[in-house]
Amino acid sequence: MSSTRSLTAADLATRQAPGLGGLNPTVLGLEVRRLVRNRRTVIFAVIAPVVLFLVFGLNKAYANDPDGHGNVSAFIMVSMALYGAVLATTTGGAMVSIERAAGWSRQLRLTPLSPTAYIIMKILTAMVLGLASVLAVFAVGIITGKPSMPVYLWIVSGLCVWIGSLVFAAFGLFLGYLLPTENVMQFLGIVMALLAFAGGLFIPLSHYPQLLQTIAKFTPLYGLNQLVHAPLLGGSIHLAWVANAAAWLAIFAGGAIWRFRKDTARV
Amino acid sequence: MGLVPDGAQAAARSLPPAIELSGVHKSFGSVQAVNGIDLTVASGEIVAFLGPNGAGKTSTIDVILGLSQPTSGQVSVYGMHPRQAISRGLVAAVMQTGGLLKDLTVAETARYTASLFARSQPVAEVLDRAGIAAIADRRVGKCSGGEQQRLRFAMALLPDPELLVLDEPTTGMDVEGRRGFWAAIRQDAELGRTVLFATHYLEEADAYADRIILLRHGQIVADGTSTQVKALAAGRTVRATLAGADEMTLRGIPGADSAEVRGDTILVHSSDSDAVARYLLTSTPATDLEITTRGLEDAFIALTSDDTDSSSPGAPR
Repeated sequence: MSSTRSLTAADLATRQAPGLGGLNPTVLGLEVRRLVRNRRTVIFAVIAPVVLFLVFGLNKAYANDPDGHGNVSAFIMVSMALYGAVLATTTGGAMVSIERAAGWSRQLRLTPLSPTAYIIMKILTAMVLGLASVLAVFAVGIITGKPSMPVYLWIVSGLCVWIGSLVFAAFGLFLGYLLPTENVMQFLGIVMALLAFAGGLFIPLSHYPQLLQTIAKFTPLYGLNQLVHAPLLGGSIHLAWVANAAAWLAIFAGGAIWRFRKDTARV
Repeated sequence: MGLVPDGAQAAARSLPPAIELSGVHKSFGSVQAVNGIDLTVASGEIVAFLGPNGAGKTSTIDVILGLSQPTSGQVSVYGMHPRQAISRGLVAAVMQTGGLLKDLTVAETARYTASLFARSQPVAEVLDRAGIAAIADRRVGKCSGGEQQRLRFAMALLPDPELLVLDEPTTGMDVEGRRGFWAAIRQDAELGRTVLFATHYLEEADAYADRIILLRHGQIVADGTSTQVKALAAGRTVRATLAGADEMTLRGIPGADSAEVRGDTILVHSSDSDAVARYLLTSTPATDLEITTRGLEDAFIALTSDDTDSSSPGAPR
């Protein structure tokens, strides 16, 4: 048997596993490209919040009214940026559902990519889309010239929205592991719209009946919505807002970790 | 099977086998998918797992690749845990139903995979070797089944693995695609890569493997060169009338692989029917001797199907 390759023990020793569990810029770039290539995702996470801002944020009847350190238009811009960012990160997280349904997760187990690195990659990708969403809404805000607030508040509010949307990356992952189906995205669109209404992103909660207001305070976007507007409005930060956001982060992240562990358990 | 080149024998002493399974069992609930497999595959061998659906081929491969944990028993690949061997790019696989992302192109999928390994072959070169360089910019979702399978093959080649595992790689391909795929594999195997593939096609095992392992009910029922297994499978049945015979004695006949007694009729299965016939006619009062040949396909079915428990063939090892 002639052999052009004669493996030795020394050859085995030269074989190394990659660092960071296989995570690398090339793969992140390709993951972002996949998200952007999906027209639905771009329309939902980037175009929709921009359109909503243009519809609600420029109304002459109230847009220029002062609100905290800025005006109402700035307040609505922050709301819409949050809506876009959480839609983006939820969608990004829920991509695992499609990948599991397609058998891609199994394929990845034949590569050095570790399950933890995979999850981190999904979160980072989701956060890139979330950032695109915030930047798009803020950029349109600047172009229209309506939203007004000090420069530092543009930066602080934007960062708060972006970092806060991490909570929903966990939500997306949880749903993605819970519902291994190609249809999870349709389901998400409806759920996120309901949560946005309940969290007071579209209509101020004070316009709701008392009972609904009370219920709304326990929904996942309520705390986050209050917190991201806090820098603009000034005033104190309520413990209930922090508790709401922290509790939902714990629930989503805990759920995602639970399902993820179940998924990667070697059968 | 000494497939390690002579000059490398000193090095080979410290080289662990490509695959080592000892006492591997795998059960799903009450179903025993793998029922005690001991197997050593040396570096450089081309091995076929041959058996019908449900023989335990895929379950065994899953264990070798670390995709599933054996219920009991030991697995090592190049002396390490399968997962470690995969992380180091020592082992790669083309699975029956490995998923692909429809929204990436062929080249992007390969680049994605390549980037995950510490060391990878150039993507363009590998696509060329898998025969899909021409469709590099095509979306995976628009590729045919055969093209997708070649892409999976290309992905498996990227880390330049020492061991390549293929689980029924040509399922669902037409004759043309099947031939092309095997041509690519064969060309690649000539470089000295260790290859383990599962198939339920006798011809595929015969044509491409230098060692065939026959599986049935999660156990190895035969293990040898293609010629050995073929001889075993292509054996003849010697039928004769012999009163008062018992199976144990009949199995002791030189050349007999198995025997069956039905009243006064005896059936001796053998890969050397001449020796059996000679013995029966010269050393026993057997009469009405008849020698029948089983077709290759029939024999294979007989070796691997359910109702042959009374005549399980001796395995050449």
